[in-house]
Amino acid sequence: MKLIKNAAGRLVPIEVNGEQQIPFKGVNKFKPTGVKAKPPIRSCTDYPKDGNKVVKDLKTALKKAGLKDGMTISTHHHLRNGDIVTNILFDTIKEMGIKNIRWFPSASFPVHSHLIKYLEDGTIHHIEGSMNGPLGKFTSEGKMKGIGVLRSHGGRYQSIQDGEVHIDIAVIASPTADPFGNATGDRGKSACGLIGFALGDSEYADKVIVVTDNLVPFPCVPWQIQGNNVDYVVEVESLGDPAKIVSGTTEVTKSPDRLLIAEYVAQFLDEAGIMKNGFSFQAGAGGTALAFAIFLKERMKKKNIKARFIRGGSTKYLVQMLEEGLTDYILDGQTFDLEGVRSMRENNGHINTSPFTSYNFHGKGNFASIVDAAVLGATEVDVNFNANVVTHSDGYLLHGIGGWQNCLYSKCTILAIPSFRDRIPVIVDEVTTLCGPGELIDVIATERGLCINPRRKDLLKALKNSSIPIIDIKELKKQIDEICGGVPSKPKVNKAKVVAIIKWVDGTVLDSVFEILK
Amino acid sequence: MKQKVKKSTAGKRGDSVRSDCYFEIELRNSGGIKLDIKSKVESMYGESIKEMILDMSKFFGLKDAKIFCEDYGALPFVMAARFELAVKRLFPQTKKEYLLPIIKQNLYSTKKDQLRRSRLYLPGNEPKFFVNAGLHSPDGIILDLEDSVAPSEKDAAQLLVRNALRSVDFYNAERMVRINQLPKGLDDLKYIIPHNVNVILVPKCESAEQIHLLEKEVDKLKKQFKIKNDIFFMPIIESALGVIKAFEIALASKNNCALAIGLEDYTADIGTQRTNEGGESIFARQMLVNAAKAAGIQAIDTVFSDVADMEALRQSVLEAKSLGFEGKGCIHPRQIQVVHEAFAPTVEEIEKAKKIVLAFEEAEKKGLGVVSLGSKMIDPPVVKREQRTIDLAMLNNKISKDWRKQ
Repeated sequence: MKLIKNAAGRLVPIEVNGEQQIPFKGVNKFKPTGVKAKPPIRSCTDYPKDGNKVVKDLKTALKKAGLKDGMTISTHHHLRNGDIVTNILFDTIKEMGIKNIRWFPSASFPVHSHLIKYLEDGTIHHIEGSMNGPLGKFTSEGKMKGIGVLRSHGGRYQSIQDGEVHIDIAVIASPTADPFGNATGDRGKSACGLIGFALGDSEYADKVIVVTDNLVPFPCVPWQIQGNNVDYVVEVESLGDPAKIVSGTTEVTKSPDRLLIAEYVAQFLDEAGIMKNGFSFQAGAGGTALAFAIFLKERMKKKNIKARFIRGGSTKYLVQMLEEGLTDYILDGQTFDLEGVRSMRENNGHINTSPFTSYNFHGKGNFASIVDAAVLGATEVDVNFNANVVTHSDGYLLHGIGGWQNCLYSKCTILAIPSFRDRIPVIVDEVTTLCGPGELIDVIATERGLCINPRRKDLLKALKNSSIPIIDIKELKKQIDEICGGVPSKPKVNKAKVVAIIKWVDGTVLDSVFEILK
Repeated sequence: MKQKVKKSTAGKRGDSVRSDCYFEIELRNSGGIKLDIKSKVESMYGESIKEMILDMSKFFGLKDAKIFCEDYGALPFVMAARFELAVKRLFPQTKKEYLLPIIKQNLYSTKKDQLRRSRLYLPGNEPKFFVNAGLHSPDGIILDLEDSVAPSEKDAAQLLVRNALRSVDFYNAERMVRINQLPKGLDDLKYIIPHNVNVILVPKCESAEQIHLLEKEVDKLKKQFKIKNDIFFMPIIESALGVIKAFEIALASKNNCALAIGLEDYTADIGTQRTNEGGESIFARQMLVNAAKAAGIQAIDTVFSDVADMEALRQSVLEAKSLGFEGKGCIHPRQIQVVHEAFAPTVEEIEKAKKIVLAFEEAEKKGLGVVSLGSKMIDPPVVKREQRTIDLAMLNNKISKDWRKQ
């Protein structure tokens, strides 16, 4: 396999799964030209006049959709670890004797380890999306037939829009839908909140199948997916395990060290002057991010400060801020707990977004770059502030990119991470896999203090008299190496075999993941 | 070396184990050293783990043995303690100690009247809590060999605490060890005295003789290991008898820096229950404060055990402060900040302290022997107390360092 060095100095293949690739050129250096992808022309007269698109079962829908060997099938991760639709989908595909599918999920979860047997027997050729947990291990050990492609949520939309990925059939699991195909995720026994990740698929795929366990009479309102884009509707008994689709309640971390990190981040936003009337921030559902939101809330209340909007996976903590008037809006990308789902249904200030609205590279502007501060995680960060979110220091793929790359565009990006885990250094010389260029990362917040990117002289100045320890990242790395007992060795990999590539938000190849040598 | 047991185990194993490891050593008659290492950090530290185990084997004179290691990301000081334990369980008579270098950050001493508002208890056999404890800025960290350690693991905790004193940076927190009840606790001393401990906590103390016994053993070890640093004692009073003898205990050694009270055992001893209001212990606490102050040392309050209720903790500290206590025990890092804030002087206390300290400095400048404020004479102990109030106010960012100019 031919590899070349890209602008970030990483070795990347120029051809992946038979398709030419463009190596990463630098942040904001690559702009594709031409015309966006377009779906074929349809005529409404080809569809049932009574609007009833319900077919008998998934197999019938797949047959009618013209399922063939080598097609691209997309699914979505709204049902998270409770999803059974994707597993049943591939059971059906296998039963139909179809081979070499390119699976294009918006993310995968441990529940999808069910699909490993289909990766082994050739039903699935490769995954473009995320390879979490057992799927990551399978991929890292070089067992997947094709090469995995990891993209951000925004990058997924970009790849659909500029034609890099053409979806043959999109299968959209929908907690509520009507026979016409209008669908929503905010109600029904399998309610998951938002199903915005399927929006691009519904617009661009050749065929769209909606699968629901709560079929309501037309119209299903408000809809998140428009039936006008849908070909077939399938009713099933159940979409999955509601307890694993959304948590009953999301919990804040109890770890004193993570709470300390969260406190530092809140204090930082306050002292850096970012926390001011009308500001905005992004916080996810990780334990540390939740704790950060709580500490920030205390500070906002004390200073009588109100945010204009909060972006993020919504949780009961953000919902409380909305209901207590500490923010005008939640711009929700995905909903993590039942309180989030309820608020989405009931509160006009709780707004549904999709990757198209949030951070699509081919949009006319980018919400993500309007956000004042984004608090994110990482598996590794190096002394040049480059960060990794997909592999661990042992080289194994373990996580997807999610919206992480896209959110790096915020005005101040903070990675809130422990400086080491057990004996695994998180601050390293060079990241195992590059997912985010250091020039977009402003602050690393650890339990040992903050490392501020030297590019951000303004932040260094603002925090000059802070009680938070401010440490040079190289010095912190030295401390961590001393604690852990020396500089960690790099994982042994087969440099001749790329098992997956990391795409940047513009569609170029940022880095490669290599086969692990055991 | 003579051996009876052929196989030993040490450390912890299981899915929930983190930052620790498990060893099995089986002695054989031939075949050299056979290693079988399963490590969570194999790809990062596999080589250095192997080297360390071989080096330790050589150090302890192991020639033919099967060594099995299951590692859950143990730091080197933990791994060394667990390995040494497995060896010592095979050869209880060995005097050899595998000591990692003492890190330079740990070479500090403390003062007898050190600030001791918060002391964080760390179970002595749970290494995962050690490394980041100092980041939460307690005034003191207690590595506990007593109640938090299972009787069968006392030997494990001794080695682990010894290694922690040498290898773990506690970020300037006073380094304390709670030994076992005397006389058993005397056996703990050789694991801590040579390794830069600052304060020894003496549980269930009931007589001056116990402190004398301790002092004798400490002096012996200090001489033997040429230790120059001060090592202070903090007797913990946890019984009716201890309360009655508080004053003689407080006076028992010039190395006593404080008396602490332990209310769980005390309330059991007097046959009652601990309540939030604390009426059952008011005598004991006041007695202890009085005894400590009469002997010129600090009075330190018990731990607060509801880690979820920060407001109740704050109230408890305010009450302790009003009784004359200067410190509180913490069992969770999140309690530390609350304790510090509650012990911080109030605005009125600071204003009063400023006036007195300024009057004292003025009198000194003028060479006056007597300090007065308005019509009131001010005694030296008052000046000392007020100076401490100023120091505390500065520590809590309540006044700036150049407050005299403002």
